[in-house]
Amino acid sequence: MGRIVAGVGTSHVPAIGVAIDLGKTQEPYWKPLFDGYEPAREWLSKVEPDVVILVYNDHGTAFSLEVIPTFALGVAREFPPADEGWGPRPVPIVKGHPELAWHMAESLILNEFDITIVNEMSVDHGLTVPLSITCGEPKEWPFPVIPLAVNVVQYPPPTGRRCFDLGRSIRKAVDAYDEDLKVVIFGTGGMSHQLHGERAGVINKDFDQRFLNDLTQDPQRLVELPHIEYVREAGAEGIEMVMWLIMRGALGNDITEVYQNYHVPASNTATGLIILENNS
Amino acid sequence: MTDTSGFDDIPGTYLFNKDRCHEGYHLNMFCMSLMKAENREAFRSDEAAYLDQFPLLTLEQRRCVLERDWLGMIHVGGNIYYTSKLGATDGLSFQYLAGAMSGMTQEEYREMMIAGGRPINGNRSKSEKG
Repeated sequence: MGRIVAGVGTSHVPAIGVAIDLGKTQEPYWKPLFDGYEPAREWLSKVEPDVVILVYNDHGTAFSLEVIPTFALGVAREFPPADEGWGPRPVPIVKGHPELAWHMAESLILNEFDITIVNEMSVDHGLTVPLSITCGEPKEWPFPVIPLAVNVVQYPPPTGRRCFDLGRSIRKAVDAYDEDLKVVIFGTGGMSHQLHGERAGVINKDFDQRFLNDLTQDPQRLVELPHIEYVREAGAEGIEMVMWLIMRGALGNDITEVYQNYHVPASNTATGLIILENNS
Repeated sequence: MTDTSGFDDIPGTYLFNKDRCHEGYHLNMFCMSLMKAENREAFRSDEAAYLDQFPLLTLEQRRCVLERDWLGMIHVGGNIYYTSKLGATDGLSFQYLAGAMSGMTQEEYREMMIAGGRPINGNRSKSEKG
């Protein structure tokens, strides 16, 4: 059977990708952030997952306002990095895992999570920046990746509870998979940031740090947090943090936090990184 | 009906709800068209003619695009993930756009972020702002 051994929460700020791609990670502005990523890279290279399920949001790239799927699961063999307006990022093609992805799609839908199945899509910074953060700059990504894109751009995004419950259903699906697979799930986006309007640039360190801590200490509080609290307290685009609850829901009750990092700013955004090992 | 008016109390924030999606659809889809290099080139060579391909844009939406009124675009249904594609076409960063929308130069905005960002205190509610 498959087994979800750990969850990773991380921001997916596009400027972090640009800093890596342009070789700026040792510059004074970026060095403290990237120093904080080193332990996570070491951890992931030791874990050697067979597959990563990566929860992220598309930013008007593969999807636009034409069609807005709430949850879209990529079942393809590969996903090319997207041209987001200045050419695709110079990173490897993302290889999928169609067997597990199709199994997940079937299992989720028959368990009444009516997700969208995607056979072809490019993946934007929302997916590739977390890979760069945790893997550096390899010639090939070290594991296949199953993309799970969540709508957090058009209101209403899914509720925190729905995200958490989706995570639980993902865990059931992975548990029921025939082959022995070691799976790590990523929840990405956030932390506090607002990119638009006169309030652009708002940061709320207290909210963010409480969010990070409550992933282990009080996940129930996070599950019940309404959208307006994210928008008011963590900035309009801070709503991305609901995606971390899919990751948290896919872990059991008995988890251990093995790493946490928080840094302000990366461009417009407060960045967080957390690693949670699943003991159950 | 889902009521999102509670969000209107948050200052300087424009929830991308059904009304804004509806109002801004053609503006945002114009921005989406700039994801293709040949469209960016066509737009740059004659902006007004390129915009004529989007006849459902309102006059105000056209004005905002042509004058690069970044906050104005948000007021008429623009979504930042789409208007930033126009910004990218112009070679402008998110920090430039964020500064422009909040009345700061890019340098002032960048310094504010390095100093910890725009404080949340005083920015939660319009009543708090006074």
